Amino acid sequence: MTAPFEVAMIDGILDEYHRDPLNLVQILRRVQAECGVVTPRVRTHIGRALGLPPAQVQGVVEFYHFISSTPEGKYRIRVSDNITDRMLGNEAVMSRLTERLRVRRGDMRDDGRVSVDFTSCTGMCDQGPAALVNGLAVTRLSPERTVELARLVDMDAPLKMWPREWFHVDDNIRRSDLSLGTVLEHGAAIRAVLERGPDAMLRELQLSGLRGRGGAGFGTALKWKLCREAPWTPRYVTCNADEGEPGTFKDRILLTSYADQVVEGMTLCGLVIGAEHGFIYLRGEYEYLHQHLLEILWRRRADGLLGGDVLGSGRKFDVEIHLGAGAYICGEENALVESLEGKRGIPRVRPPFLATHGYLQHPTANNNVETFVQAAQIAVQGGAWFAAVGTEKSKGTKLLSVSGDVERPGIYEYPWGVSVERVCADAGATGEILAVQVGGPSGTMIDASELGRLVAYEDLATGGSFMVFNTSRDILAIVQNFARFFARESCGFCTPCRVGTQILRRTVEKVVDGHGTEIELGECEEIGRLVKSMSHCGLGQSAANHILDSLKRFRERYEARLAVRHFVPDFDLDGALAEARALTGRDDALAHLAR
Amino acid sequence: MRGEVRASGSVEFGLTIDGVEVPFEPGQTIMEAAAGAGVYIPHLCFHPDFKPHGSCKLCTVKANGRYATACTTPATDGMTVENITDAIQSDRRRLTQMLFVEGNHYCPFCEKSGNCQLQAVAYFVGMQETYFRHFYPRRELDASHPDILLDRDRCIQCELCVRASREVDGKNVFGLGGRGMRTRLVVNSESGLLKDTDITKDDRAVHVCPTGAILPKHVAYRVPIGERLYDRRSIAEVGHREPAAKG
Repeated sequence: MTAPFEVAMIDGILDEYHRDPLNLVQILRRVQAECGVVTPRVRTHIGRALGLPPAQVQGVVEFYHFISSTPEGKYRIRVSDNITDRMLGNEAVMSRLTERLRVRRGDMRDDGRVSVDFTSCTGMCDQGPAALVNGLAVTRLSPERTVELARLVDMDAPLKMWPREWFHVDDNIRRSDLSLGTVLEHGAAIRAVLERGPDAMLRELQLSGLRGRGGAGFGTALKWKLCREAPWTPRYVTCNADEGEPGTFKDRILLTSYADQVVEGMTLCGLVIGAEHGFIYLRGEYEYLHQHLLEILWRRRADGLLGGDVLGSGRKFDVEIHLGAGAYICGEENALVESLEGKRGIPRVRPPFLATHGYLQHPTANNNVETFVQAAQIAVQGGAWFAAVGTEKSKGTKLLSVSGDVERPGIYEYPWGVSVERVCADAGATGEILAVQVGGPSGTMIDASELGRLVAYEDLATGGSFMVFNTSRDILAIVQNFARFFARESCGFCTPCRVGTQILRRTVEKVVDGHGTEIELGECEEIGRLVKSMSHCGLGQSAANHILDSLKRFRERYEARLAVRHFVPDFDLDGALAEARALTGRDDALAHLAR
Repeated sequence: MRGEVRASGSVEFGLTIDGVEVPFEPGQTIMEAAAGAGVYIPHLCFHPDFKPHGSCKLCTVKANGRYATACTTPATDGMTVENITDAIQSDRRRLTQMLFVEGNHYCPFCEKSGNCQLQAVAYFVGMQETYFRHFYPRRELDASHPDILLDRDRCIQCELCVRASREVDGKNVFGLGGRGMRTRLVVNSESGLLKDTDITKDDRAVHVCPTGAILPKHVAYRVPIGERLYDRRSIAEVGHREPAAKG
């Protein structure tokens, strides 16, 4: 039953979001935060208020990890499960939490106090193991901190009473170059475009050679030009702050300490393409930055940098923040726009492209956080300033989020073309390097013989994730972590990704468990290739890269794990008894079959 | 005949599919061009009456050497399309096997057998066994409606019923819930049951299902096994005929 006060509260949230179905994800997030659940009855209520069919609301509720149809605890603890968190001991964090709080992972405690589970990378790889508690980032979960956290939950201590330093997030900027070293006077880029006009601005951008920093590397000037030339309005600017690639956290720093430049870049884009409305799509994991960003938007409005009359030009531009709700796929630009429209984050069929048919089927310039920052800087400093560094096809600089086996994890800005070796040396790689994952699980895994390779579109393209592994690490454990990640984050739209990522995860697990044979390795290659070539979007097309890369470079590590026999059936007789064991509450030796 | 001006004054566009010249009108997809020329490209989520979906990926071809979904990729003049090659058919076989193992498909005692596009496509791509380990998911059956059965075990999430109910029937009875492996067909009523919707047995949504996920009741084996759509002819020949509603 829904209590009357709950209905009143939900109605309040609905009103706050103008009962606009485009805000469905935002509304559901808030209801989830207030009630800990979105029940079928509440779904129907919300659907009626927004004029949406119940199935559509249900579809959205069930799509996002951070919205739930079944009750979650008053304290919702989600432990980040990137490989770097794992290397920093997140499994011990999990076992301490479940033990101390007397709760099973994935379940809610019977008294409704707490639920604990793993979640995909929360972007705190430089200060893990990390977790989200009721949506807020908690860093450096040492054993002491973990035990104390469990105690506070047991005591039902409100989050406000918790030690502030637990929620402290460091920038960890280790190396600054062109971008991080540039301080822009507020409004400088806007003044530049107002003085020199959009065409001159596009020429500077073209001259700068700036390409999208999210990873795909599409030319920014061309993207903005296509939008500007699309013959219908309104047009929109969207900022992709859904930094979900495991191991990436550079947008976190930009949104923390360079947020004015992010908004400045968006405003610049709006003035160039003729848009009056912009969105920041902020990943749910960065909810702790929401208030900070809102304050910056308010200040900029007060300063005349946003709003109905930008710097007295008579031009309008304003920015709205939408929060994600736990979905890696929403970093894919087409899924992001669907999510912005309050829908399930399913990548659209292309063509048409966002530049002409984006938000609400209108021309939309969608760029990464870093791209907007650099565009604003180029507007002020000029294209030549930017193009003077980097390589022929990769102009300017790139922020790298370095984590893993290094002494100084954090943000390193380099001109494109820096060698992997140099980055590893600067970050203080510890021990002997086994592998480096450039560009996250969807990027490229290289081995120690390839450290001379360059971070650039010509060689190793990257959105910014850079994870270092030394020889104390197990390649198969890394691969397994990534395979689970993709299986968990596939949106389910197309067959090869929906089913293929599950098959790959199972096959890798079979090898890790010591039951794999040459047949499994062949299957990894065949299905990996199929997922890569036939999937609908970038997520699927890159979901098998880590397996294909690691098989190519570390095949002997796979082979060392294979069963001696030529063939081991997939069917696991003992595994099939797991349900019977759970039902009878037995797990003794006699309840198991000998292998 | 590449973009040539015909005697009538109109311009003729063409592409080749497995070496066969196929003309097309500007704006058509590869699938539409193929269908117009009577060339079969395997597919499940595509239906000529509805906007392309591009999710099952069975219609993947190589267009100018690159993988592309035929139902969503615009045809271009002079395009070279590979359709029925050993490599592509082998990939399609794996995709079909994936669809079989992720759900619960029991052809021998499924009443759609012989009228089922999934089964017929499986035959077309040469599928002999399911190859992968079965997932055996638990999916809910909805037998609440007097005339219509919804058996999610056999659903492949093609959304044809979703599209048909919305676009043709104007009822919006279906939607998709869940995500990833848990993606599933949901019904648009507070109870989540078909009986509480306004669906009726003559709705397009009931008959467009390419598998046995949505079945009209009381028809069952009125057309006996052996005399069904794909029993004697391959799906490549049958095309888009739907099983007769009244059996």
